[in-house]
Amino acid sequence: MKKNSKSNLSRRKLMKSIAAVGSISAMPGFVNYSQASSSAPIRIGFQVHRTGIGAAYGRWYDRTTQAAVKIINDSGGINGRPLEIISEDDGTDPKRGAEALEKFANQHNCDVAFGTLFSHVVIGSAPRAGELKLPYFVVSEGHHVASGMLNRYTLQPGITDVKSQVQAMAPFVKDNLGKKVTMVYPDFAFGHDHRDYFSAAFESQGGEIIAKVPIPPTESSFSKYFPKIPRDTEVLYHVMVGPAVLTFVKELGEFYGSKGPKLFGFIDSVEAVDLNTPGLEFLDGSYFWEGNPRYAQDNQTVHDQFYRTAVGVDKNGASVSDPKDVSTYAHMFGCWETLHIIKKGMEVSGYSDVKDRSKLIEAVESMNNMPLSQAHPQGAKIFNGKTHQTFGHQYITKMTNGKLVLAHTTSIEDTFYPDEVDYTKQSF
Amino acid sequence: MRKDIILHLSALLFLFLLEILGIFSEYHQGNFARILVLAAYGVGYNILFGYTGLLSLGHALFFSAGLYASGLSIYHLDYNIEQSLFLAICISALISLIIGFLALRTIGVSFMIVTLMFSQIAYLSILYFGSITRGDEGFVIQQSSRVFLSMDLSNPKIRYYSALLIFSLCMLINLWIAKSPFGRVLVAIRENSDRALMLGYNVKLYKLFSIIISGTISGLAGACYGILFGYVGASFAAVSYSIFPLLWVLIGGAGTVLGPLIGAIFMFYLIDYASDITDAYMIIVGVALLFVTLFARRGIIGELRFRYYKWIS
Amino acid sequence: MELGPYLLFASLEGLVHAAVLSLIALGLSLVFGVMRIVNVAHGEFFMLGAIITWWVSSFVSGNPAIGFLLALLVVPIIVGMTAVLSDWLILRHLKYDPEATIIATIGILYIIQQFALMTFGPDAKPVEQPFNIRLDLYWFGFSAYKFFVIFSAIILLLAIWLVMSKTKFGLILRATQLDSETAQAFGIPISRVYNIVFGLGAAIAAVGAVLIVPIQQAHYLMGGEPLLLAFIVVIIGGLGSLKGTVAAAILIGMSDGIISVFFSPNIAKILATLLVVVVLIIKPNGLFGTTKT
Repeated sequence: MKKNSKSNLSRRKLMKSIAAVGSISAMPGFVNYSQASSSAPIRIGFQVHRTGIGAAYGRWYDRTTQAAVKIINDSGGINGRPLEIISEDDGTDPKRGAEALEKFANQHNCDVAFGTLFSHVVIGSAPRAGELKLPYFVVSEGHHVASGMLNRYTLQPGITDVKSQVQAMAPFVKDNLGKKVTMVYPDFAFGHDHRDYFSAAFESQGGEIIAKVPIPPTESSFSKYFPKIPRDTEVLYHVMVGPAVLTFVKELGEFYGSKGPKLFGFIDSVEAVDLNTPGLEFLDGSYFWEGNPRYAQDNQTVHDQFYRTAVGVDKNGASVSDPKDVSTYAHMFGCWETLHIIKKGMEVSGYSDVKDRSKLIEAVESMNNMPLSQAHPQGAKIFNGKTHQTFGHQYITKMTNGKLVLAHTTSIEDTFYPDEVDYTKQSF
Repeated sequence: MRKDIILHLSALLFLFLLEILGIFSEYHQGNFARILVLAAYGVGYNILFGYTGLLSLGHALFFSAGLYASGLSIYHLDYNIEQSLFLAICISALISLIIGFLALRTIGVSFMIVTLMFSQIAYLSILYFGSITRGDEGFVIQQSSRVFLSMDLSNPKIRYYSALLIFSLCMLINLWIAKSPFGRVLVAIRENSDRALMLGYNVKLYKLFSIIISGTISGLAGACYGILFGYVGASFAAVSYSIFPLLWVLIGGAGTVLGPLIGAIFMFYLIDYASDITDAYMIIVGVALLFVTLFARRGIIGELRFRYYKWIS
Repeated sequence: MELGPYLLFASLEGLVHAAVLSLIALGLSLVFGVMRIVNVAHGEFFMLGAIITWWVSSFVSGNPAIGFLLALLVVPIIVGMTAVLSDWLILRHLKYDPEATIIATIGILYIIQQFALMTFGPDAKPVEQPFNIRLDLYWFGFSAYKFFVIFSAIILLLAIWLVMSKTKFGLILRATQLDSETAQAFGIPISRVYNIVFGLGAAIAAVGAVLIVPIQQAHYLMGGEPLLLAFIVVIIGGLGSLKGTVAAAILIGMSDGIISVFFSPNIAKILATLLVVVVLIIKPNGLFGTTKT
């Protein structure tokens, strides 16, 4: 995972230069050097799941981030200054996540922090971001940002949240698949968002949730939960995360074969999993939510083409260097888009150093329409500055002959819900 | 005797001067605040392991008891800091009493496994009662709740002083125990519990007191960790948080007052440094554990005491 | 699902779970019984077995059954040798002092786990099943390979029982377990026996790993849970008792399946853990009877 692009000053090198400056007592003088010159790089602290249960996401978040940084730097950087990524492993652990933010703010003197997917890491880290007054751009999908649980320094402009995603799925599931749904989901915040918001949206459509089956996120075998799924289930709604997702779908196939209920899954259940793995044939004909379609579609935009090539993903959503190394395509675009939003925010606010952090946040808060473009290859978005949450199109694909083919695209309006918080009223 | 007290007080003074003279960079100031609270946890662990000779593999239970008692009471019941700390101390004392009463029916390896299992039960219960504890993801203690005597505990300076205060308190209790007849009985039990029994000491009762003191200090440290750093989560109840204090105490020196602090500083920075070199930084913990068991059974302070300064407590 | 088929399903799943668990627990129990030490790194030897299986099977192309059979042969040897080495380098020097050994094996746990992270990486990686047949049992489907796992475990357990009760090697082990000092007086090379037993315990766990990987994937963090379960099984089943271990493994494996479905998986684990605490507290002299702690 070591990158050699010149934009990426490795942490080790940085550590060496700190070591060269010397002992603890010599450090206060060192802290401000990056502000000394206006051509000094803009430093972005990248909190990444390198180890722990989120590692597959971490690896692809990292690749996407490096690709975006290269594109931004090749086209002149931000206000003429290059971007520099300082990455730090959070171990997919909330406590280490918070410590990583401290390192960014106080040791590496980063301008902003960004990254990370798992909701518990975001929830554990966000209060530190608020205290450190460090803008913290998350790419996590959780509803925790828009729910008002976090603070003014935490924003999610590059990826939509679960509440808006599931709400947009509900009509499609009811109209095309069935009215009696059983939900299988991981038993923590992310899964609870699915449970609460999908069932609310689905019931308001006149559908019925007949059973809810939570599964602990650390579980490694799943068969024992499947008998809990009632016989009269018409649609099985599944969403799973963690290193064992492949086991989950395999066992699902083993249990039902071709006789089971219709399947509607969030791609998370098979994210980073090769869909042509033996045992997954039963998924053919089932539907998936995708944040961004893994397989290049017939109507692929030039922007998706550009983004796909830049990150090094082939038309099947796997790494160009290893077709077995499947990307987390439905989520990782969020890193690309978030970095472009940081760039734009910094340019609009005339960001020069850490004292402009609040200006940067205000600039992002005042963004609204983000049209489909190279900066937003997943599609157009509407950002809500009050709730710090972005809204966008959702994609439903159908597994057809081993490929996921686009079946439906929701409008952005389908994903709207009333504001639950106004962060702009909080002081900096 | 006097040299000893002067040494420990000057260690505290040194930690105070580091801050007041502004020697810390912000980063190290934050690290040291964490280390001091964790070292207080180590002090609690040391009373049971270092002085009484009982190896617990489940102290994360006590740490998280304090953490969750204070955290949940602030989060759900709007307790203020004083009330939540008081509650945390009571709860961790009570839990130590119960666990001590049950676990002390076993000895040796069984004691280690029973403590490990109790702490596992606590960890699983935190996950099971997720609707109250918010399970894996944990919860945030908002900055606005973290105010003590109108001081903002999230302010780095105040946080450092608070951490130092907690550590000093725990360390001085430890020093006092080490010097007291009570502490000498504990050491006698560690060295030879049969002989202590024959001398007429109620060994079980002493061990029980030791667990209560140890568990309560660990719980206090846990409560302070949550209050000072604003996050309460299940990872603090996991097995690794039972291993860490054992490691700090072993490295610094079991049965020494300053050992847990030295061990915590050493390990914190070793892990911090290793994590810049490799993703597999926890390998350092494994290597350190092997090193102390194979080559340095007395730990740093213990070795100093053995070789040069017999008067160190 | 109706109660009848459901119980059938839960029993089958429980048996698969119990089969692998009894192998892991047996390895732990052997070391526990003969050497009187607690090997906290046992779960990591299991994990090591799983990731080496992945390596072996990705090294061999063609029919997945070939890679699997090769793994079944090679993996226990490699894992066993690793354990022998760590005993020879570390535990031997601690004179098997219970406290120092526990601390040292915690150290070994972290070293193996992090070594796996460095070399194998942080992702879970699947190993293809040696044969991919789904049996349709009307109410639900079940993988034929899972039956094979149950069957292999039974064969292995029988083999181990035969070795322990009918061979000279088994006699030496039992003698050492009963009273190591007397055994030594009769000329049994205790330190060699310890060395071999430590390796054997890890190798048995590794066989369990080879069997389970085609169902569950290899991951560097997979050693923690089986370790705790194996502890539970060994303590409930009674130390050094092969039959007790297998019986406890079936009890824990089955109840995990059944309680998890009716209540919650965490409740199943909490109950099993509580049971251990109760067993240990009722036997206050400790696991090793009255001899020593």
